[in-house]
Amino acid sequence: MAFVPPARHLLRAKDLADARYFEPLEVDDLAAAAGLSKAHFSREFRRTFGESPYVYLQTRRLERAAALLRNTDHSVAEVCLEVGLQGVGSFTTSFKRMYGMTPTAYRESFPPASSQARLPGCVVRAYARPQHRTIREDTKAGQT
Amino acid sequence: MKISTAQLWVHDQDEALAFYTEKLGFEVQSDVTLAEMGDFRWLTVAPAGQEDVAVVLMAIPGPPVMDEATTRQVEELMAKGFSGTVFLTTDDCRGDYEKLKARGVEFTETPEERPYGIDCGFRDPSGNSLRLTEVVEVAA
Repeated sequence: MAFVPPARHLLRAKDLADARYFEPLEVDDLAAAAGLSKAHFSREFRRTFGESPYVYLQTRRLERAAALLRNTDHSVAEVCLEVGLQGVGSFTTSFKRMYGMTPTAYRESFPPASSQARLPGCVVRAYARPQHRTIREDTKAGQT
Repeated sequence: MKISTAQLWVHDQDEALAFYTEKLGFEVQSDVTLAEMGDFRWLTVAPAGQEDVAVVLMAIPGPPVMDEATTRQVEELMAKGFSGTVFLTTDDCRGDYEKLKARGVEFTETPEERPYGIDCGFRDPSGNSLRLTEVVEVAA
């Protein structure tokens, strides 16, 4: 069999964290992807990439969570699940440690997502027009 | 001039969102629902790390934006696979093919060698086609 540098197995674990962060992945799953025991994997990962696999996965998730808080109107609970985290409580705690404020406060420190969305003029023109109603139609609607 | 955003019609925005994020690995760039525009939902996704290009996953509107006959025509065209195509590139077409297939993506073409590289084709749940190409430098 061809020689594979050991870091290649670690990279596979790192790629898994990057690609599937929104699933309930844990360090155990990353270690399995690298084909190493958890303790050995964590040590080697840190030596190779400069941070623990837990921190790598967690910061990947928190970066996505922050982007979703800024750019979408998904609720904090939805954002938590969308980045693969299970509990809103622990999400809030980790988020606060990383960003210095709660997810809600972080969202409020930016303009609302709806005002930031770059809706093209053609879309606004098509969807924002009030619906035309004739008096006759209003009367009919009132009767039903 | 640069391309920033292109639009795809989709039958169901939630279904499309799940496909593009969970199966394809794209990320949500924008997702807002605007009450003042009849709950219009502006939903865009982009490949992870490629922040200057996005695809709008646009629900097919009904009246007054689009008349009923046109809505039906768009739905029919999509069902027949003649709506739109997104062309993607990758470093590893065969590897991505295996990954996407394992996630249940519906392929129309398995990876094949072409003069410009290796590519394969698949569909999103609405029937839009996507092509994934590993471009190979042609020796001079």
